[in-house]
Amino acid sequence: MDWGSVFIDGILATIGPVTAAYAISAIGLNLQFGYAGLLNFGHVAFMLVGAYGMAITVDVGGPLWLGIIVGILVAAFLGFLLGLPTLRLRADYLAITTIAAAEAIRLVVRSSWAQPLTNGVFGIQGFADSFFDLNPFPPAELYGIGSLVVTGRKLWVMIVGWTIAALLTLLIRRLINSPWGRVLKAIREDEDATTSLGKNVFSYKLQALMIGGAIGGIAGMLLAIEQQNVTPDAYLPQVTFILYVIVILGGAGTILGPIVGAVVFQFLFFTIDALMVNTQANIGWVGDLLTPAAAGQVKLVLVGVGMMVLMVFRPQGILGSREEALIDER
Amino acid sequence: MNADHPMHGVAPEPGVRKPDPVLIATDLQRSFGGLQAVDVKHLEIQRHTVTSLIGPNGAGKTTLFNLLTGFDAPDHGEWHLNGGPLVGIAAFQVARRGMVRTFQLTRSLARLTVMDNMLVAAKDNKGEGLWGALTGGWHATEHANEERANELLERFGLEHMTDEFAGSLSGGQRKLLEMARALMMNPEVVMLDEPMAGVNPALTQSLLTHITGLRDGGKTVIFVEHDMDVVQEISDWVVVMAEGRVIAEGRPEEIAKNRTVIDAYLGEQHGEAAS
Amino acid sequence: MSRRARFAWFWLAAITLVALSPVASFAAGESIGGKLIQTTGEDRVPIAGVTVIVLQDDVEIGRDDSDAEGAWEIPVPAAGIYEARLDTSTLPDGVGLTDPEKEELTDINVREGQSKKVIFPLGVGNASSTSSYERVGALFISGLKLGAIIALCAVGLSLVYGVTGLVNFAHAEMVTLGAVTAYFFHASPAGPQWPLIVATVPAVLVGAGFGWAQETGLWRPLRVRNTGLVAMMVVSIGLSFAMRHLILIFFGGEPRAYPDFAGQPPIEILGISVVPKNLITIGAALVVLAGVGLFLQRSRSGTAMRAVSDDSDLAESSGIDVNRIILITWMLAGGLAALGGIFFGLNEAVQWDMGFRLLLLIFAAVVLGGLGTAYGAMVGGFVVGIAVEMSTLFMPNELKTAVGLVVLIVILLVRPQGLFGTKERIG
Repeated sequence: MDWGSVFIDGILATIGPVTAAYAISAIGLNLQFGYAGLLNFGHVAFMLVGAYGMAITVDVGGPLWLGIIVGILVAAFLGFLLGLPTLRLRADYLAITTIAAAEAIRLVVRSSWAQPLTNGVFGIQGFADSFFDLNPFPPAELYGIGSLVVTGRKLWVMIVGWTIAALLTLLIRRLINSPWGRVLKAIREDEDATTSLGKNVFSYKLQALMIGGAIGGIAGMLLAIEQQNVTPDAYLPQVTFILYVIVILGGAGTILGPIVGAVVFQFLFFTIDALMVNTQANIGWVGDLLTPAAAGQVKLVLVGVGMMVLMVFRPQGILGSREEALIDER
Repeated sequence: MNADHPMHGVAPEPGVRKPDPVLIATDLQRSFGGLQAVDVKHLEIQRHTVTSLIGPNGAGKTTLFNLLTGFDAPDHGEWHLNGGPLVGIAAFQVARRGMVRTFQLTRSLARLTVMDNMLVAAKDNKGEGLWGALTGGWHATEHANEERANELLERFGLEHMTDEFAGSLSGGQRKLLEMARALMMNPEVVMLDEPMAGVNPALTQSLLTHITGLRDGGKTVIFVEHDMDVVQEISDWVVVMAEGRVIAEGRPEEIAKNRTVIDAYLGEQHGEAAS
Repeated sequence: MSRRARFAWFWLAAITLVALSPVASFAAGESIGGKLIQTTGEDRVPIAGVTVIVLQDDVEIGRDDSDAEGAWEIPVPAAGIYEARLDTSTLPDGVGLTDPEKEELTDINVREGQSKKVIFPLGVGNASSTSSYERVGALFISGLKLGAIIALCAVGLSLVYGVTGLVNFAHAEMVTLGAVTAYFFHASPAGPQWPLIVATVPAVLVGAGFGWAQETGLWRPLRVRNTGLVAMMVVSIGLSFAMRHLILIFFGGEPRAYPDFAGQPPIEILGISVVPKNLITIGAALVVLAGVGLFLQRSRSGTAMRAVSDDSDLAESSGIDVNRIILITWMLAGGLAALGGIFFGLNEAVQWDMGFRLLLLIFAAVVLGGLGTAYGAMVGGFVVGIAVEMSTLFMPNELKTAVGLVVLIVILLVRPQGLFGTKERIG
């Protein structure tokens, strides 16, 4: 087993554009869940509508920059639609509604009924040309050190992606360290007490949901641009789940948690996958027990188990503090 | 009680009018699935007094608090704060208009520091709006609020705890924090739901001093209480509820002798529980 | 041994046990497949989402849905003669067989190691020739059937919520587990191959057992540690995720049908065409639900369950052993979910994520009826089932699950406590 190349590939995956997109999405989810305490279990839906908003806009003839604006607005609007009926109610209701909404939206987008707009199961392709036209690096050239190389095309997406992640992190930091952020944290502590102090709790929760949703939309758009492709089956519930692991792993309710979580998670995820694929191919009894497809599922099972272990034994994640951990006494 | 006392000359009858009411409630009703939790024909609260609200368990006192402050909606009825109607006004708005309540089980914002607890309560900080947070410029207000908070914390003896998490405070300290926090809002009416509950008896006296201090500082205080000694000691007026209705009103010494009140409490003690 | 260590060993043991269980799979080799392409004039359009079923002597071997390129493939166990049938109800609007008589192809001869290709020629579809009474009636029966399945699954979820306050997302996997276990005892070559009705028994027992395991090994220890409900909900999502993919590993990604009762011919009742197994599903579910209702009303445990649901502190001070009641509730929920899963598998197919796909509708039912009420979940289940099926009268088939979401949102806007729930008090 070539540990060297596995390691290199692991590093590349960890700093790559997909990780940057996950980090961005996690920043949005962290605002909703880590800071405002909102149980949004359908975050992938924000990524989906953001990506599709952009792709459809370009598909009908609009410029990409307009598509990006549309994507952000549509994602924020989805937050509004989901929040309106649920935010006045108990947290469980938001959880149930978001998980249902995400699947329902995906199924609708996938359907042949929506085909004229979304192209159904086939999705939309080739909408990001204007993005790649801006690339200052020749797309086919290789950049990097030693065996750690990426193409010019990928490098461009990486730079843009991580820059966005950094900018959004700064934005969140500004918001959280402001009185607005303080009210949000108060809401996470105790909504009734915060209401008794004269704050419109519903409005704040809605704002958090919408802003976090818009950020999720940005993440979705980045992923779509990278692959020049949106399909409904790229936005499965498991994406939301992975995002939760990332947020909690990094430290829910911390500024750098989403980025740290995304990087650590991707590295572990990739390495475990490479490990499983290799042992399945090379070690006899493992190969007898598991098919290659099944071996690929093991990492997902471990993610689920890992999440449970994390919540029970270290809910504050890597960067969080024990006192501020998410175990509440409700 | 001398003729200067504001409640002088007010007859000890349920629903009696007051000379200068800050809060008036009429025909307030709330039932939960067949059970009439609150049924108050008329209630007026005199400005700048300490009114205590007493009654057996389940008499409807907390429900009344919830209704008056907007945390629950009545089936029927209306109430006014300084003449302004409060029907349909959201709870956070009621608080902003000057009627602030505390909770029976202290709701300190545990994972916020004491200072942050106080700062959240401050009104009109433009940094609390999304736009204000993004554009900045709220630091001056924040400093002013911090100064006010420090003054209040000093008054309540909490100034050395400003950077501690509110969750690490003792029970009594949390009660004081809740009171200090409520004062950050400059309320007119402070509604305390069982302020003595769960507090070390040694602290009772100091809490009482703070409560009368609130009134002397120009606020109106309404508080729910079970301990009759406390009621006797600091109340200017007492309202007695049982089974959702106001069964008696009057000065503390009048209430202590009131037949109806004694029956209501005795009835509870003898197991004919008011439901 | 410390609690932490016991906790870890329990789960290590559980996972190892699961990992050592036999894996059911077909041998690689023979299969029947094709591509569904609709031809209109010069256009050739691949048609996705259409179900093709392969049978041998009227016993269903397998089924597949055509993918984005219209391709479908169904593995068969050995060389031989098979039939293939296109499920015309899964054809999208405007698409139909060029020869409606040819929805079933017979005498398909598959040789050793061969991937046999067959063709279902598709063109423009015709309007349905059934009367609206027949359609409405058939959809209503379908709705009752789906409703019965949802009700069975929803009751357990609602009861667990009532006694513990936990919304258990892993409930979906208890449904799937029931269906998969029944499949193992009924149709797997590695299993005893009992009739489906007999296979139901171990499946329900496994379901109840898994409920027991969850409560004893996971939820009770967490409650003792004072874990908040939010954290527990996230843990339940993790459990749901892990189990879903474990089942995917051991069951495979292909949907499989129970051989018993597959391809049952419909009978006519009151002029409506009904497949008998649907009626059996409805009937059996109603009997079980009535049984649950009786249990809740009449038995000591059932009454205690309702008491704990209303106010667990009060129940405890009345002498009720709350932990025991919670355990019984979990076992009941697991058993009911397993049964629901078996009926679901009977009426569609057994698939690794079937529980999760049903979860949206289960949530809608539970919210509609009122989180925490058993009767609410039952009524909610039927209402959601009927609404979803009958919505296809004026909506495309693929969107019918979205109807569940609409129901959910409307309820939350109009009456969040559901039909039977009570509003919450503050302070």
